[in-house]
Amino acid sequence: MSADDRRRKAERIRHLLDTEGDAVHENTQVFNEGRYESTENLDDYDELKDEARAIKEDAIERLPDLVDRVTEAVEANGGTVYLADDAADANRYLAEVVDGRDVVKSKSMTTEELDVNESLEGSGADVWETDLAEFVLQVADEAPSHIVAPAIHKSREEIATLFNEVFEPEEPLETAEELTRFAREYLGEKIRDAEVGMTGANFVTAETGTLALVTSEGNARKCVQATDTHVAVAGVEKVVPSVEDLQPFVELIGRSGTGQDVTSYVSLFTPPVDSPTFGEDDLEPGDDREFHLVLVDNGRMAMREDDQLRETLYCIRCSACANSCANFQHVGGHAFGGETYSGGIATGWEAGVHGQDSAAEFNDLCTGCSRCVNQCPVNIDIPWINTVVRDRINRGKDGDLDFLVEGLTPDDEPGGVDPQKRLFGNFDTLAKLGSTFAPLSNWVARTDTARALMERTLGVDSRRELPEFERESLVEWFESRGPRVSREAARRQVALYPDAYTNYVRTERGKAAVRVLEALNVRVDVPAAGESGRAPLSQGMVATARSNAEAVYDALAPAVAADHDVVVVEPSDLAMFHREYERLLPEDSYAALKDRSYELMEYVYGLLENGAGVDALPDGDDERVAYHSHCQQRTLDLEPYTVAVLEDCGFDVTTSDVECCGMAGSFGYKSEYYELSVDVGETLAEQFTTEDTADRTVVASGTSCLEQLDALLTRRPAHPVRLLDRE
Amino acid sequence: MSAEPIATFASSLEDLGVDLVRTAADEFASTVAPLLDAPAVGTPLPFESATLPDSVETDPTVAELEAAATGVTAAGYGIADYGSVVVQGGADGAEPVSLYADEHVAVVAASDVLPDMDAAFDRLAEDVRSGTRQSIVATGPSATADMGSLVEGAHGPMDVTVVLLEDR
Repeated sequence: MSADDRRRKAERIRHLLDTEGDAVHENTQVFNEGRYESTENLDDYDELKDEARAIKEDAIERLPDLVDRVTEAVEANGGTVYLADDAADANRYLAEVVDGRDVVKSKSMTTEELDVNESLEGSGADVWETDLAEFVLQVADEAPSHIVAPAIHKSREEIATLFNEVFEPEEPLETAEELTRFAREYLGEKIRDAEVGMTGANFVTAETGTLALVTSEGNARKCVQATDTHVAVAGVEKVVPSVEDLQPFVELIGRSGTGQDVTSYVSLFTPPVDSPTFGEDDLEPGDDREFHLVLVDNGRMAMREDDQLRETLYCIRCSACANSCANFQHVGGHAFGGETYSGGIATGWEAGVHGQDSAAEFNDLCTGCSRCVNQCPVNIDIPWINTVVRDRINRGKDGDLDFLVEGLTPDDEPGGVDPQKRLFGNFDTLAKLGSTFAPLSNWVARTDTARALMERTLGVDSRRELPEFERESLVEWFESRGPRVSREAARRQVALYPDAYTNYVRTERGKAAVRVLEALNVRVDVPAAGESGRAPLSQGMVATARSNAEAVYDALAPAVAADHDVVVVEPSDLAMFHREYERLLPEDSYAALKDRSYELMEYVYGLLENGAGVDALPDGDDERVAYHSHCQQRTLDLEPYTVAVLEDCGFDVTTSDVECCGMAGSFGYKSEYYELSVDVGETLAEQFTTEDTADRTVVASGTSCLEQLDALLTRRPAHPVRLLDRE
Repeated sequence: MSAEPIATFASSLEDLGVDLVRTAADEFASTVAPLLDAPAVGTPLPFESATLPDSVETDPTVAELEAAATGVTAAGYGIADYGSVVVQGGADGAEPVSLYADEHVAVVAASDVLPDMDAAFDRLAEDVRSGTRQSIVATGPSATADMGSLVEGAHGPMDVTVVLLEDR
């Protein structure tokens, strides 16, 4: 990306933060909290997710067969099925069916994907969106900013102003009730007069040709009942085997999306339906209603053949990945989205249906924080899809022509990778150099000239303070100091993993970790293991991440083989060991390291639970502490251990509840994203500057979180292990 | 049917803010009459000895349907865990009647209250296979938050009352 492109991107994000950020934040927050609450009350939540996942895996596996079956079933019911190859094909068929008649539509992202409205209007039809949010967007001539609540970026006041300007009602509209009533009546007439009702489908069952529509408004039901022709447009991936298979999805989709246990209506139509339709004055028999099911490929069958993108087809479009995403919560789908889809999973959808360029527009907004992973009702590894697509985007840019540069780069990537990504992806090399030449390297890096150059050529924002490298790395410090607990006296033996930040930048937390473990009678070693691969992975440099992972495994394998435990200070690196290494290392290496590795405070908790005396650690003496856990640490469910250890030691602990600090490794350094990063961070900073928290000692587990908090608070934050260190 | 699903059904409806009225079949007419704000429309009920009062229009015009304060229909079954009723409209017009009036009054037999979604989907699947063309799992009134805050009555009823027929 050129400096100009970065500036334009930053400007666009700034504009959206100013104009839409507040409404998006407020609304996604309601959905996000609602989801946590509603899923917590569901006893068999995890089992239902596994069941839903299994149904989707099976359905996509057998998709061609299921499409044949649904075609037979719909035809036997008296309807027709059209399998559309792409948008043009679908639109051509739809124009033929509609034939210039008036159309009322219920909400359908798939018709957004195909630009159905424009196409039908072009062929002379009147088309009305009857979902109230879609109606607002139709009137405003805007695109959805959220896949479930498409007008989430608009406040009530903005909608009122819009309606009053466009419709000039006698009494100006003001309240949500007035706006709803007005739209309901306005659209009621359109529904009564229309001849074609167009719906989407959340699910289609192959055996019986049944559509399941999940809605809170009654508009989809009305669009079907009030018209003579029902057209349903759905992606081909919506087909599941039978009606029984709908049950886990019905229990999960409302909870995962807007936080409702179930939406007002789950309509099972097996069309053509026979409800009476509207005549001039009387209801007339509905038994000669026409029905057309349009199943859309538009790239989906190719996604099915793609080992990395296939998982995207399991998506039920619930929006949990958007609502649980800190970046999305702050900037919304007009930035965090492509041509049609928005939120974390949109990268997979856009790459599959509109192509990589559409995905490239917003893919970097996924920072890999992983907060969406446990929220997805079909267990899609959304960060991984984002990483893979990023890797493909990297390689797509003249990658294979640049063989001269390739030989000179310090990584395993092709020559075309953006220099900014290459810089952050090779943090290990950078840190090693920075440490070797410290403090000189720090002084040089701090100069205005250097910062201006870095901003211009690499997009490193000059408003962000750079990390300061230590001359003596943690590994070097430990080599000259040596272990302090003898093998004979040791309760356990531990290899403390020196992640790149702990090794070269924040060595103080590594030293504290060594001393705290020793105080609990653990013999510690600090092997010279390199960067985990997190840094290159976050830039989409998968090959480099894999070679880093292999090197780390080689360095830690002797400790693992000797039955020692591996303790990790940096949560994002532990998350690599526990999550991403499954995709980067041979299965048995992954399993061995995963089984043996622990987050530092989790390990301390385990020691205390298994007989180590808490007296060996300092007494917290009711010191008031505000703790921010790390996003990936929380995804692994490891936040409670830090809290428990601190409380055991007598600290008074309160915690943040934001999804992510917004720094996310390199993200907050990038000039195009700096302001978004700070905007996300401010939400965390606000939680730590309340009446209750303003005077608390601030601790955080992640390096990035510490950097962000350091920038936004006046108190200097530290890793929680520092509170347990007597030095 | 044991008492347990009924108790769960009652508490789910209470959480949704949906009124639950219990009645024996032979007292149905007198129990239901005060619930039906005029003008009322309805579809004939499939329950023996539970018939709609004469004031309920069972063959409404489009205008009468749109002006209705109350729409009363049977519900094929209830789902205790969620407080849902399953409206199985067809040629009889239960779909428009349950959809256009300001308030939907759904009449369900106590013996048709199923414990959970699992049981409900087994029944729904069975019904589809035997020719039921539409089943709406309806939970509380229609609603939207699209206009800036939650509003009930969005292209559908703004109130729902469930009448439970206790001995069928």
